[in-house]
Amino acid sequence: MNALSSLVVVLLLAGVAWVGGALALLRPVFGLAVPGLAAGIFLVGVATRVVGWARTPVPFRIPTTCGQQRSLPWIKASWIECPWTRSGVVVRMALEVLLFRSLFRNTRGAITTEPVAQGHGTPAAAPEGFPRAARLVYGEQKWLWLAALAFHWSFLVVLLRHLRFFLEPAPALVGVLAAVDGFFQVGAPVVYAADIALLAALGYLLVRRSSDPQVRYLSLFQDYFALHLLLGLVATGVLMRYYVRPDIVAIKQLTLGLVTFAPVVPAHVSPLFFVHLFLLSVLLAYFPFSKLMHMAGVFLSPTRNLANTSRMRRHVNPWNPPVKVHTYEEWEDEFRDKLEAAGLPVERE
Amino acid sequence: MRDRHAIIAALIVFFVVLTFPIWYARAAGTTSRGPEPKLPETEKTCVMPVEYMRASHMKLLLTWRDDVVRRNVRTWIAPDGKSYKASLSGTCLRCHANKAEFCDRCHTYAGVTPYCWECHVDPASIKGSGT
Ligand code: HEC
Ligand code: HEC
Ligand code: HEC
Repeated sequence: MNALSSLVVVLLLAGVAWVGGALALLRPVFGLAVPGLAAGIFLVGVATRVVGWARTPVPFRIPTTCGQQRSLPWIKASWIECPWTRSGVVVRMALEVLLFRSLFRNTRGAITTEPVAQGHGTPAAAPEGFPRAARLVYGEQKWLWLAALAFHWSFLVVLLRHLRFFLEPAPALVGVLAAVDGFFQVGAPVVYAADIALLAALGYLLVRRSSDPQVRYLSLFQDYFALHLLLGLVATGVLMRYYVRPDIVAIKQLTLGLVTFAPVVPAHVSPLFFVHLFLLSVLLAYFPFSKLMHMAGVFLSPTRNLANTSRMRRHVNPWNPPVKVHTYEEWEDEFRDKLEAAGLPVERE
Repeated sequence: MRDRHAIIAALIVFFVVLTFPIWYARAAGTTSRGPEPKLPETEKTCVMPVEYMRASHMKLLLTWRDDVVRRNVRTWIAPDGKSYKASLSGTCLRCHANKAEFCDRCHTYAGVTPYCWECHVDPASIKGSGT
């Protein structure tokens, strides 16, 4: 149901943009005003969320049990998985951001009646007629990690390649990236490997979400919406590049008009391009309010970006109220005469 | 968090990177002027309607190539009935004789470098070098 309704919403958005792109009156709205507004919402929204997070106090370190923490010198500590130095944290963050280290650790529980493995070696065959107990077994699950990695990296490549529409003269580096991406030189326009990886990864993520009963049970409208929006964006892009070709030169004039603040809407830009641009605008405007904010959030995860120094250094909660203390010395001064009169020993004569 | 300054600094860097095209356009003096490819003076029409050519000329070229190298068909009949020799250097570049001011101008603008010229030749470049 969630999957279907989010698909319908994305299709409706696409339909609106198609009409907007086809009507001369609405073209400036969908070609200039909407993208500009969306970019503004994106920038202000992301800044607001990040500043909000920055203002949230995190007084204590949250050690995670991914690696042995540093304790006694003869116990081997893992300086990346449970870092106590800044360099260890930097490496852990780099692994997290660039390679999704914690997703790589992802496991999946499944109920099985397979016989228990006996020690090392092969599992012992259960005797005939012997009841097999159902057990919960955690197995590795690397496909999600692989698809996530493929999606994010190919999305980055596609984004960087799009710089050729926003920079004039187009820098040589963007050309080099396009040449590497089009290494296989299949067809004209050349097929980009990243386009295929992107479609395959998004397809896998959608199929996984909608076919696995547990994941489907957990999936909300927003989860499907982000996927469908991205798929719509990628599908219109792929359609335009390989099948229903638009006038690239006119499109570059439009994008350059946006970045030079000298807006133009060339006459022969196909409605499909407006669908592409509108889905991107919706994605940008939706971004700060959605789970996609993990783009910034991953850098601000306290379980990843703080060194585990809980036992090495004293961390005082900065908003603890000042505690009124009455030291022994003060107490002794207060009752000195009584203590001395009773002949009790005192610290200070 | 106590790293508030670092976070704000990173946010500013992120914004500068995101708005990079704006700074780049300022620095390079970019205008929204197109590449303005130089059209042939003697001819009036292309092999296909100009809107199609503008967007999809590379697809037509691949049809021609496949006709020649896979089906051994060297003439191509246009939708308007005219027939052309299916040839990149011999037909396209006969009318569009100035490759540098036609094909290349657009391609530089769009940031594409067709690899065709690793094998195919621009006739003008041969005449120019006197061989
Ligand atoms: C109106 C501008 C324009 C003109 C003129 C032009 N092209 Fe193109 N051409 C393009 C654009 C834009 C692309 C890239 C399309 C894309 O990346 O989606 C392209 C792509 C190509 C490609 C595919 C390249 C690849 O690697 O994907 C070939 C081949 C090509 N052009 C050949 C030619 C030839 C030959 C001429 C001259 C006879 C020519 N073009 C003139 C705009 C033009
Ligand atoms: C008969 C001569 C002739 C041949 C052959 C020819 N063209 Fe053209 N081409 C023209 C003319 C004339 C125009 C301008 C048409 C117009 O403006 O209506 C043109 C326009 C174009 C344009 C659009 C330029 C623009 O932005 O206005 C492209 C791209 C193009 N040709 C590519 C090619 C390619 C690729 C081939 C080979 C497959 C080719 N042409 C073969 C004469 C020719
Ligand atoms: C590896 C070398 C090579 C590359 C790169 C190459 N071609 Fe060719 N092409 C050939 C050869 C060889 C023929 C056959 C020539 C013949 O039989 O007349 C040919 C034939 C053709 C033909 C028909 C015959 C003619 O005279 O033009 C077309 C059209 C063509 N190629 C287009 C392209 C386009 C477009 C590209 C770039 C996207 C390209 N080729 C890249 C080698 C190449």
